[in-house]
Amino acid sequence: MAEQQASTYEQLPPNPETATLDGRNKYLGFWFFLGGETVLFGSLIGTYLGLRAGTADGPGPADLFHLDLVFIMTMILLTSSLTSVMAIINMKRGSHKKLLGWMWGTVILGAAFLGFEIYEFYDYYQQGLGFGTSAFSSAFYALVGTHGAHVLFGILWISTLLIRYRNSGITLTNAPKFNTAVLYWHFIDVVWVFIFTVVYLLGIGG
Amino acid sequence: MSTAQTGSKNVIWDWLTTVDHKKIGILYLAGGAFFFVLGGIEAILMRIQLMFPEFTFLGAQTFNELLTMHGTTMIFLAAMPLLFGFMNFIIPLQIGARDVAFPFLNALGFWLFLFGGLLLNVSWFTGGAPDAGWTAYVPLSSESAGQGLDYYLLGLQVSGLGTLIGGINFLVTVINMRAPGMSMMRMPLFTWSSFVASMLILFAFPALTIGLLLLMLERLFGGQFFAVDFGGNVIIWQHLFWIFGHPEVYILILPAFGIFSEVIPTFAKKRLFGYSAMVFATLIIGFLGFMVWAHHMFTVGMGPVANAIFAVATMAIAVPTGIKIFNWLLTLWGGRIRFTTANLWALGFIPSFVMGGVTGVMLAVSAANYQFHDTYFVVAHFHYVIIGGVVFGLFAGAYFWWPKMFGYRLNETMGKWFFWLFLIGFHLTFFVQHFLGLLGMQRRVASYLEGQGFGDMNFVSTMGAFLMSIAFIIFLISIFTSKKNTENVNDPWDGRSLEWTTTSPPLHYNYPQTPLVRGLDAFWLEKYEGDGRMKAAEPLGDIHMPNPTILPIVISLGLTIASFGFIYLVYWLIFVGLGITFGAMFIRSVKEDHGHHIPVDEIKRDLEEG
Ligand code: HEM
Ligand SMILES: [Cu+2]
Repeated sequence: MAEQQASTYEQLPPNPETATLDGRNKYLGFWFFLGGETVLFGSLIGTYLGLRAGTADGPGPADLFHLDLVFIMTMILLTSSLTSVMAIINMKRGSHKKLLGWMWGTVILGAAFLGFEIYEFYDYYQQGLGFGTSAFSSAFYALVGTHGAHVLFGILWISTLLIRYRNSGITLTNAPKFNTAVLYWHFIDVVWVFIFTVVYLLGIGG
Repeated sequence: MSTAQTGSKNVIWDWLTTVDHKKIGILYLAGGAFFFVLGGIEAILMRIQLMFPEFTFLGAQTFNELLTMHGTTMIFLAAMPLLFGFMNFIIPLQIGARDVAFPFLNALGFWLFLFGGLLLNVSWFTGGAPDAGWTAYVPLSSESAGQGLDYYLLGLQVSGLGTLIGGINFLVTVINMRAPGMSMMRMPLFTWSSFVASMLILFAFPALTIGLLLLMLERLFGGQFFAVDFGGNVIIWQHLFWIFGHPEVYILILPAFGIFSEVIPTFAKKRLFGYSAMVFATLIIGFLGFMVWAHHMFTVGMGPVANAIFAVATMAIAVPTGIKIFNWLLTLWGGRIRFTTANLWALGFIPSFVMGGVTGVMLAVSAANYQFHDTYFVVAHFHYVIIGGVVFGLFAGAYFWWPKMFGYRLNETMGKWFFWLFLIGFHLTFFVQHFLGLLGMQRRVASYLEGQGFGDMNFVSTMGAFLMSIAFIIFLISIFTSKKNTENVNDPWDGRSLEWTTTSPPLHYNYPQTPLVRGLDAFWLEKYEGDGRMKAAEPLGDIHMPNPTILPIVISLGLTIASFGFIYLVYWLIFVGLGITFGAMFIRSVKEDHGHHIPVDEIKRDLEEG
């Protein structure tokens, strides 16, 4: 069925992701979904701000955070957003190969970010910051861990798309899927910028 | 694309796999009704216990469980799904669409709600239901023994996910699926208010998701968010809960307002007074609904400044609400009023709800709130708005749309008995509770003492509850005895909006041709300025419809299994459950399903038969 639907590049409209009603529904629905996700992370960030001084007798932000590591992570994630932008630009130009190539770049960078995060958590754990050590530790792991889970989900999602559509060309069915996946990726990137500011910069400086 | 009808002959399979918004609407109504009866039985048991001072019909623990389950069930599993039922069935019809924007997600939302609700109720059989009130305040909830609270957390998480999905679906449906000519400012008010309610769902439910998540982490995985000796803070739970909780009451009441705004003009034979004022009042209520959550926390010690701000914001909501009340009254003014059962519910709603609104403003006076807080005055207040508003709205909607949904009219005589007995029973039950509260009877107590002077009024209150039950049983009977009233069902009330232009029940693709909307009250306009039929916006042709699928149930089942894994901390069960869920999502994502086409010949055949 997909193959019948596949159009050649010349036939594709300039914005294949919103050319069909299904595509437009997905696009709008996903924006709404991200609105809900904003409240979700807002609640977690608010909780963290309320609890970050509650370190009980355990280690606190200034004892733990390495800004250099987190800065590298931030850069990696920002770059992964950039590659996904390149992917969508190429999708709109009708280049299936480049779409896939750039998207794989996003996946790899995302995985690298996740690897660093796991290392980070492991390191903190070694320094005595368990999940139940203090209200601060619980709130920290809940916030950053939820973000990490989103990154993981994004990696799996995008990989699925990339494998599923490795040979299909760009179609009116898969263009909206790539587009929403990238929208999602940008969102978790933006959330990370907030986390970087609120958790790490404020944790060390404020 | 395939044109073959994949619909199977097996009725049960058909309902399990349906993605038709009308069938999902009916499923929501059936599921909601089931939980409404359950919550009602829980209420009656509590009322019997409270009938006499120091009565020993129920133990205190059982009372706490009934209390918690009654509130939780009524809010999450009865009122909201019943409204979702009408929203599902009616919104696409009202905007001239053939389906919702996301039929698959729509089905998923329903099954998540149902499985979440059942999961919550499994707790009755596994050693005790949740017992910390529907608000589950910490540390009562974080310290509560047994698994009851874990069922609450996981059950609500699963059903809440369904609600969120449903909300997004309605938002996109209303924005993207309207028929040609159906501009936003021509939409019927039920669609409008459901749209705003969906917006509230979208922005309120994630706060609950996080609250439930944190409490789950606290109870099951050793988190310390609310543990004061580890630097935690119990007030955070209250904020998260009420940031969700207050919008939740508007999620319930706005669609009910919408139903009244359909019923009243129809039976006053007048267009709705102040349509655009109604729309803007709805939007303002939706917006202010997010600004007032801390009025539930006046006595927590936020300080006079915060209390004053939240008090004033709360009172401000009375203004747009008042606008609505006056618009309904002015719609009735000079109308040719028909006292059908549907309209009786609407007329009974106005004074009943206003009483609840007045006590609401009283409660918003933060200084006085210290006196009212956690007394029966509050119980009286919220039952006046919830029953006098939401439940009356549901009954009005049921009598109004029943012919459309099921193809027969509910018996009017029995309907009137139902209305009057219920109305009297309702006021008997809850009016006296205002005074019980002022006399100092606390809410959420399993009993009271002989000499406190609460006995008589509690007795009256319980009698009222019996009366309401009898009334409701009359309604249930009339559902089965009215089936022969099948004449004049397509447009029985001389309707104004698009849903009355279809057959009853509508064809599964709703409209053979998408209607062209030429103004507000589209059908009414055609009746008085056209030939009484909708103009078509498209030639007769093949119709594209989505395919049925079993995956929504599989996804929901997986989450339910994983929930048991969480409740009893059985890790392999968590993995199996999540595996099923993600596996089904994976299949959904990888297998492209383009739906099917209904050939034009079949549509012509339907038209000749209809
Ligand atoms: C049909 C008749 C009803 C009766 C007789 C009834 C009775 C009661 C009673 C006795 C309580 C316990 C009050 C206390 O001890 O503090 C209660 C609480 C409550 N009811 Fe109802 N109720 C009814 C309908 C409803 C409906 C339709 C809803 C919502 C849609 C609802 C929502 C609640 C809530 C949220 C609570 C608070 C539970 C808590 O404190 O955690 N009730 N009701
Ligand atoms: Cu409130």
